[in-house]
Amino acid sequence: MSGEWETVVGLEVHCELRTRTKLFCACPNVFGEEPNTNVCPVCLGLPGSLPVLNEEAVELAMRIGAALHAEVRPSSFYRKNYFYPDMPKDYQISQYDEPINVGGHLDLPDGSRVGIVRAHLEEDTGKTAHLGETGRIHAADYSLVDYNRSGVPLVEIVSEPDIRSAAQARAYAAELRAVLVATGASDGKMEEGSMRVDANVSVRRAGAELGTRCEIKNLNSLRSLARAVEHEAARQVALLEAGGVVVQETRHWDEQAGRTISMRSKEEAFDYRYFPEPDLVPLAPDEAWRQRAAAAVGRLPAERRRGLAGLVGEPTPAQVDQVQAVVDLGLDELVVAAVSAGAPATLALARAANELAADLEAALALDPGSFAALVVLEARGELTATQSKAVLAELVAAGGGDPVSIAAARGFESLSDEFLRDVVGQLIEANPGEWGRFCEGEDKLAGFFTGQVMKATGGKADGKAVAAELRRRRN
Amino acid sequence: MSAAAAAGAAAPSAAAIAAAVRSGERTAGGVLDASLAAIAAGDGEVHAFLHVASDAARADAEAVDAAVTAGRDPGPLAGVPVALKDNLCTRGVPTTCASKILDGWVPPYDATVVERLRAAGAVVVGKTNMDEFAMGSSTENSAVGPTRHPKDRTRVPGGSSGGSAAAVAAGFVPVGLGSDTGGSVRQPAALCGTVGLKPTYGVVSRYGLVAFASSLDQIGPMTTTVADAALVLEVIAGHDRRDSTSLAEPPPPAGRSLDRGVEGLRIGLCRELVDGTAPDVAARVREAVEALAAAGATVEEVSVPEMRYGLSAYYLIAPAEASSNLARYDGVRYGLRVDAPDVASMNTATRTAGFGPEVKRRIMLGTYALSAGYYDAYYGKAQRVRTLMIEAFARAYATVDVLVGATAPTTAFPLGERVDDPMAMYMSDVCTIPSNLAGHPAISVPFGSGADGLPVGVQVLAPALGEERMFQVAAAVERAAAERRGTAGAGEAGA
Repeated sequence: MSGEWETVVGLEVHCELRTRTKLFCACPNVFGEEPNTNVCPVCLGLPGSLPVLNEEAVELAMRIGAALHAEVRPSSFYRKNYFYPDMPKDYQISQYDEPINVGGHLDLPDGSRVGIVRAHLEEDTGKTAHLGETGRIHAADYSLVDYNRSGVPLVEIVSEPDIRSAAQARAYAAELRAVLVATGASDGKMEEGSMRVDANVSVRRAGAELGTRCEIKNLNSLRSLARAVEHEAARQVALLEAGGVVVQETRHWDEQAGRTISMRSKEEAFDYRYFPEPDLVPLAPDEAWRQRAAAAVGRLPAERRRGLAGLVGEPTPAQVDQVQAVVDLGLDELVVAAVSAGAPATLALARAANELAADLEAALALDPGSFAALVVLEARGELTATQSKAVLAELVAAGGGDPVSIAAARGFESLSDEFLRDVVGQLIEANPGEWGRFCEGEDKLAGFFTGQVMKATGGKADGKAVAAELRRRRN
Repeated sequence: MSAAAAAGAAAPSAAAIAAAVRSGERTAGGVLDASLAAIAAGDGEVHAFLHVASDAARADAEAVDAAVTAGRDPGPLAGVPVALKDNLCTRGVPTTCASKILDGWVPPYDATVVERLRAAGAVVVGKTNMDEFAMGSSTENSAVGPTRHPKDRTRVPGGSSGGSAAAVAAGFVPVGLGSDTGGSVRQPAALCGTVGLKPTYGVVSRYGLVAFASSLDQIGPMTTTVADAALVLEVIAGHDRRDSTSLAEPPPPAGRSLDRGVEGLRIGLCRELVDGTAPDVAARVREAVEALAAAGATVEEVSVPEMRYGLSAYYLIAPAEASSNLARYDGVRYGLRVDAPDVASMNTATRTAGFGPEVKRRIMLGTYALSAGYYDAYYGKAQRVRTLMIEAFARAYATVDVLVGATAPTTAFPLGERVDDPMAMYMSDVCTIPSNLAGHPAISVPFGSGADGLPVGVQVLAPALGEERMFQVAAAVERAAAERRGTAGAGEAGA
């Protein structure tokens, strides 16, 4: 065997849909309620209960399909049968050989393209808590089940094995999350389990056939995903180089230990005994509905990144990062609005990328007009960078407002040129030695004078204006 | 009434009771008293009921009487006592499917049919015995012990809705509700001498019916008259948004054709539903068809050869769906739990102790039929047989309006006769299964008796949503049976 080792990754992403109600019943689809309070006969799988498909979930699934350039097809539901205590019917209603979305692709910021196999609808399970020393099922004293999540709608998005590195896996998941948020289908919160990622990892010599894969579960963040792929690929390479073979199995990512652990091998895999769900009828959205869903997809991140970068002209590498950050945060519309209201693009971009992530929810509600007015003030030198950031924080907290009044209330009103000239003149008279050396070319003394001006004005002076006044007097 | 019931004489029909209660001639409370008295007097031997819900029934009856007093119409089933098969969910009243695994389970909700019955003024008297999870044809698979035939306590009432059939036949109630997956309403109705209806799949909501085989299950009434079956169907039929398989279109009008007669109708005597039945049963079917001809119908013999695959297809599809539907009885959330050191062992111990042998047999059959590598050969092929069956029926209905045949191959058989021979038991449903596979309506109407003096049922089958025509013919069969009783007297000649 020759050639470098190549990592091959395919990702399965489960995305909880932001519907008002669960997939097959009228229970609210909400996170964080008291255990087992958000349930009914249907999502508890009580005898005699029947599922009724949620139209809104179908709509969101079709939006995801449209955003991933998939083909929306007539589909059907199947039962996936296996016993598990957090699954109230002991089968999961899912889609099998006729999923709602088939094919498609996702373009990543680095220009690479990852193929999509399918994106299908299914119901979520409940959650089991294993109580005891370890928190793992083995050695647990007892387990408690919360069925609040049971029946929450999911779309499972399966990628082609097109991903070639841990970094690309991470970029795919990040981009997919941004797309899901953009469609309105998901809130993309990995920490709340709204988006869950499983990774199929294998390695091969470049150009060889695909190697045997392992499926890695329990990836709760983008960082975990990248680390787990890195580790698992290295484990497989080490195994193969030592003359071993990779066994197809499911492995659990242990975040603390930084390694994957075998969960079950293919021989122990379930026979899910899929068969068509007789309690539901086939799903065949008509052309008009498919078009409505596609039209409801918001502008996608790639397009939004292009638009934002275009405002800057030829962005520097730092600005490329800022563009991606702003789009990931969903703040690009704010920046675009500020620029069209007269704000300079580079400053608006920098402030949005760096100052607004702390309270994103409030930032997303910020009035673009107020943001634009603030950026314009700062660009004109009427506020210093420090002052501008303080006013921005206040605008975000209040959802908007008049930056001029806020600055005034804080005593940030800019000093008149005349006043500044007077202050500079007085300081030159008071410090003739320093002034002489500055005039002889000791430029660093500009800092000394600026400091003195700030001291005299309580920090209200604009540093750039002070520097300009010093240069004017020296010449 | 209890004397009449004990003698097996005809109790008042649901229509007659409702008319009397609506007019103020009788009270719902009085009707209920009579029903409860009949149950108290007779059910010790028959064992039709698993649970008599006297208090809830009393409340229902009082509500009906209060409505009448207030001048409001309580509805078309005003004060009519109804017995429900124990696989229909009733809020606050135990629902066990005659299984140990659901012992003590009390549903927090009512099935749609229960809501609709009550809204029409019916009084729910109690829950009736059945084969466990509706799997069986004799009610001997009940974990609580069998129901006995009201007219011969050494015989079975049929099944799986044997409790409801016996409760109606014994005169305890005028209306029973059953579920029919492969004949479980029609076959016990035939054996007990009541009317039994399986509507078109999707006409009656399954919401609240504990599932056996979801694509075949349909709820239907058991009554003493064809008109009552139509009346009850009109109450329980209709779209229900809680059941995705319930039909969107309005239900076919059930009762308006009853008095129309059969002149000009084309009746097909279905060869597959006569050949292979006992000689006395076959003789009654032929006599019924002759009576229809005498009433002006055109009669021809029709063959639907695909029916012979029905039993095989059914015993793949029904167990396959059941194996999935019954997975939820795992000891985790409700019903029986047998403790064990870990979850998987607890599931196994619970299911081992909670399910009876026939249920286990079908879960195993169904699990096998759905296994990886076998799906196409078993479940897939059985579904294709279903399609063939529908096409075969369509060919038959191109030349005739309805098909007529036997409901069951024999009259009521002795307790214990078939319990150790599953195939013999399964054959009890050979005449009823085709309608379930096709999703078509069919009704069993009592017509004379067999050599043993026990009732024979004649089955009328119609195409999907052909209930109106089916009732038209069923009413004519009923009239012919009454005329026959008038001339032959009480004793029925053998074949």
